[in-house]
Amino acid sequence: MRVNFTVNGRKQEADDVWEGESLLYVLRERMGLPGSKNACEQGECGSCTVRLDGVPVCACLVAAGQVEGREVVTVEGLADFAKQREESCASGACGSGGTSLQAARQWSAKGTDSQTGEGEELAPIQQAFIDAGAVQCGFCTPGLLVAADELLERNAEPSDADIREALSGNLCRCTGYEKILDAVRLAAARQDRQGSGV
Amino acid sequence: MDFLRPASWEEALAAKAEHPTAVPIAGGTDVMVEINFDHRRPEYLLDLNRIGELREWEVGEETVRLGASVPYTQIMDHLRAELPGLALAAHTVGSPQIRNRGSVGGNLGAASPAGDSHPALLSAGAEVEAESVRGTRLIPVEEFYTGVKRNALEPDELIKRVHIKKADGPQQFSKVGTRNAMVIAVCAFGIALHPATRTVKTGIGSAAPTPLRARAAEDFLNAALEEGGFWESGKIITPSIAKQFAELASGACNPIDDVRGTAKYRRHAVGIMARRTLGWTWEQYRGTARTLEGAA
Repeated sequence: MRVNFTVNGRKQEADDVWEGESLLYVLRERMGLPGSKNACEQGECGSCTVRLDGVPVCACLVAAGQVEGREVVTVEGLADFAKQREESCASGACGSGGTSLQAARQWSAKGTDSQTGEGEELAPIQQAFIDAGAVQCGFCTPGLLVAADELLERNAEPSDADIREALSGNLCRCTGYEKILDAVRLAAARQDRQGSGV
Repeated sequence: MDFLRPASWEEALAAKAEHPTAVPIAGGTDVMVEINFDHRRPEYLLDLNRIGELREWEVGEETVRLGASVPYTQIMDHLRAELPGLALAAHTVGSPQIRNRGSVGGNLGAASPAGDSHPALLSAGAEVEAESVRGTRLIPVEEFYTGVKRNALEPDELIKRVHIKKADGPQQFSKVGTRNAMVIAVCAFGIALHPATRTVKTGIGSAAPTPLRARAAEDFLNAALEEGGFWESGKIITPSIAKQFAELASGACNPIDDVRGTAKYRRHAVGIMARRTLGWTWEQYRGTARTLEGAA
C-alpha cells in the first residue's frame, strides 16, 4: 500500500508498504531516517520515540497505515522543530499548552544532512545533552531527546519527579540516568534564563 | 494482509461485518507487538484511528461514557475526579509513550488478565457498549471477560464505548511489579467505596484466568460494615475485619506460576493489597465525613 504523510515538515510518500509494517520501519528503511532507533520492537525501550501530531509515541507500535495524512517529527527534525517553536513563541504566538496545530503545520525543515548531522544546528536539548555528558553509546539518545524536548515544551520548569516520569519510557543502559537528568535540568535552566531575558 | 481504514464508525462496523477476522487496531500497543514478533499475522487490520468519536468522552449524570480509544493520558488529565480508580490505574500503564496511545477499549479487546484497567472497571462498575451492524448491546464488565485473552464480543462486534459509573466515594488501585514504569502487573487490586449504596466493590487483576471481583470478600465486608454501623460512624475499620477481607480477597484468586511471579506470591500479595487499599479508601472516606461534619 501507499502511505502519504509529513515527516519533519516535508511531505513524504512511501510505496509498497507492507500492511503490517511499523512507522519505525518506514522511517528507517524507506525514508533514510535512521535516527529513531530500532531495539525492542515492543514499546519497552523508547529508543524509537517520535512525535505523531505532536504526541510522543513509540514509532515501532504505530502501523504505517495509521500515519496517513499525519505529521511526524523525528530526532532528525528536532532542531528545526525547536527553532520553529522558539520563533513562534518569540512572536507571541505560543501559549503554555505546547505547539499549536497551526504552528506545527507552518513548520518546515531546511535542507540538512540527516545521515551525518554535519553542519546541523542543534536543539537546546541536544546541546544540553552534549554539555552535560549525557551521551555515552548514544543508542537511547534520539528517543530521550524527543521525549525530553516534549517535556520542556509543556512544562518549562519540571521537577525532578516530572523529569523522571517523562523519561520513564526510555531505557538507557550506559549512563545510569544521572547525566541525562542533569541535561534536562540544564536545558530547563537555559530555557528559563532565555525566557526571562537575562 | 489488508489494511482497512474506515473513515466513520458505520464504515468500521460494515468492514467488521464483512471481515469478521479483521483485527481492530487503535493505539497498536498490543497488536503491533504481536505483529512485530511474528506472533500474529491477521488477514485484515482494521484501523480505528480515523474515527474521531472513539476518542471522545461524555460525562453524564451517573456514568462517564468513555470512547473506546481515548488514550490513558487523557483519562489521567481529564477524568481524575469522575474516575479516580481508573485514572490511578491508567497512570501505571507502561510509559508516557504507551499511555499516549493505549486505551481502555484496547485493554478490553485484548482481555488479558493483566490489563491494568480491569480492576478499576470492576470496582467502579462498568458496562461495555458493543456494536455491530446488527445492533448495540451493553455487556456488564463482569460478564465481558470469558477466559484468558477471550471476551464476550461476537466476531462482527466492535467496542464503541465503556460506560463507567462515576465515583460516589473514594477509589484506589494497587499493582505489584518490579519497578514503577513499564511493568506488566504481577497482580493488581482495585477497590471502590460506594457510600450511596453502602457497598464496597473490588477488582482483581492478573491473579486468575480473567479479571474478577472478590465477591466473598465484598459480601463479608458489606455485612460487617453495615452491622458495625461503620458507614454512619466513620470509625476505623477493626483489624480483624480488614484481615478477614484480605484473606477472602486472597482466596478469590486462582493464579498460576509464571515468569513474573508464583501463584503463592500472587495470592499473598493480593491479600496485602486488599487490606492496604481498604485502609487508604476508608481513611479518605473518614476524611470526607469529617469535612462534611465540620461544614455542617
